[in-house]
Amino acid sequence: MSILIGKDTRVIVQGITGQAGAFHTEKMLEYGTAVVGGVTPGKRGAVVHGVPVFNTVKEAVDATGANATVLFVPARFACDAILEAVDACLPLIVIITEGIPTLDMVRVRRRLRGQSIRVIGPNCPGIITPGACKIGIMPGYIHQSGRIGVLSRSGTLTYDAVYQLTQAGVGQSTCIGMGGDPVLGSSFVDGLSLFERDLGTDAIVLIGEIGGTEEEEAARLITTGVTKPVFAFIAGKLAPKEKRMGHAGAIIAGGRGTAAEKIQVLESAGVTIIESPAAIGSTVASALRKPGLARR
Amino acid sequence: MTPDGAAAAYESLRQQTGRGSESACNVKAQLHAGGRGKAGGILVAHSAKEAASQAASLLGRRLVTTQTGAEGLPVSAVLCDERIAVANELYVALTLDRFRATLMLLASRQGGVEIEEVAAAPDAIRREPVDFLEGFSEASLERIAAALGLTGAVAESCRQLVRALWQLYISSDASLIEINPLVVTDDQRLLALDAKMTLDDNALFRHEDLARLRDESQEHPLELKANRIGISYVGLEGNIGCLVNGAGLAMATNDIIKLAGGSPANFLDVGGGASVEQVTKAFDILLADQRVRAILVNIFGGIMRCDWIAQGLLQATQQLDVKVPIVVRLQGTNVEEGRRLLADAKRLTLISVDDLDQAARKVVELAR
Repeated sequence: MSILIGKDTRVIVQGITGQAGAFHTEKMLEYGTAVVGGVTPGKRGAVVHGVPVFNTVKEAVDATGANATVLFVPARFACDAILEAVDACLPLIVIITEGIPTLDMVRVRRRLRGQSIRVIGPNCPGIITPGACKIGIMPGYIHQSGRIGVLSRSGTLTYDAVYQLTQAGVGQSTCIGMGGDPVLGSSFVDGLSLFERDLGTDAIVLIGEIGGTEEEEAARLITTGVTKPVFAFIAGKLAPKEKRMGHAGAIIAGGRGTAAEKIQVLESAGVTIIESPAAIGSTVASALRKPGLARR
Repeated sequence: MTPDGAAAAYESLRQQTGRGSESACNVKAQLHAGGRGKAGGILVAHSAKEAASQAASLLGRRLVTTQTGAEGLPVSAVLCDERIAVANELYVALTLDRFRATLMLLASRQGGVEIEEVAAAPDAIRREPVDFLEGFSEASLERIAAALGLTGAVAESCRQLVRALWQLYISSDASLIEINPLVVTDDQRLLALDAKMTLDDNALFRHEDLARLRDESQEHPLELKANRIGISYVGLEGNIGCLVNGAGLAMATNDIIKLAGGSPANFLDVGGGASVEQVTKAFDILLADQRVRAILVNIFGGIMRCDWIAQGLLQATQQLDVKVPIVVRLQGTNVEEGRRLLADAKRLTLISVDDLDQAARKVVELAR
């Protein structure tokens, strides 16, 4: 079991003829993902690593029966490409692109209102259900199939954390990179709700960071609506105020969004806080070995 | 504006207002940060001569406010404007509720230099969401005017102002527009006496006019240098240089140095890929910081394999003749090969440590 993606997921790649799009199409295929089509306006008829290319998302969906899309479209064209996928009613849209203007994502979120379309990202590594389907740019081999759900705002830190889990013998049900931008398609709250309902997930690891209120909203949900154990690491304890720490969304603005604040509310919600980024795998592994800790 | 310019500005304000020698003006330091008033960045002048001397006293100095960090920011411009007698100062800002993906207007009757303290009491600020596509409803505009305690013609001015704020926010891809203070004058005019606006860097490609306003003197020199070559760098207080791929991992690396009892000199995200060129440029930036006593390189190789990164590190450190000790922690794709390359190179200053925790402790020890 897993959330959002699995063996039956059929993926199209928007921006497939670009360098990153083509490269990761190959990597996704190698992992076993059913990449069934690609989209680049004006490139209909081209073939990338055996995958047929179409001019529009609608064409690609009609021809292939795809039920998910992943975007490698350059930031300035991304908004139109996302809305095209929304119009084609694809139920899952994963946006890898970094640097999309914030108000473009506000526009996307406005359009999504009232629709049951799941958007992951932007500025994220993607989503993976180990052994079944990988939609994104993460190295596949660091993952191992299992029963821990991972939600993260980061890229390489997630890889590090996931690899720690794998090396500690703790497999993952699904890992989602939510993205490093201020406005995201999905939140920790969305991911937690999905994992809470997933029979294949026993516990959840959150990897948060400074900026915004994702973790605070997650804490609120955990208090009332999550029964599975939650572990969290929050990056950026030393971040100065009003400085953007690499991610567009990682900024303490107006004194709000500090790591200390987030850790405090998560801890109050009963989340196990992991202090060291090197102890993510070992903390989860040893907690799972203790009887009685499987459920809160 | 030069001191002479400030004097001239005073004169023209004196003539405009017709108050003769009663006239006073504010001489305001122009900074890319708030908190100026409390930090002594806004001075009063009662004569042309005083305007010139106040301007001279501000220009060229560095002003430290609650929002600038300890180094402060240079004052390279001043603005002279009319000093207006006001009964009360209001606060209006348009910003983004990131979680709900909606614009949010903040309004408070308690504007002025204490706004940061006021903001701590949530009841003192009215929050009014605004639809991204449709703007403020009439009912919402009424509530905002009422929250600010405005009635009659002034309330109408307020509604116009708030509508204009929404248009400006969207048309300029802003992330924050803040008017503080917003005041009602004795003759019932609504005036924005000061404003701060933050733009979305990612949207500057469609606002060439706004991009031209960038004032690099207001940016930290190393941050600026890094930024130009696609590296995210933020200076911190300590003496351990950090070179990391990925923003989250870079923040986590700072955190683990602190846990190990040390203090990082910087946050540095060389990018997810960490190519040889980028790594070389990143070392260049780290070494420009005289405080750096030791360096921690923390790379998770995904698509970019650890053996390539190790080769890059060897090349870069040789080229740049790095003297300070470098602790390297590699993890990920082809990590054994990467570690072997570093070990075989037998460089005294390049220490490969497999475990992140141990790497942090090692670099802290070396920086002592």
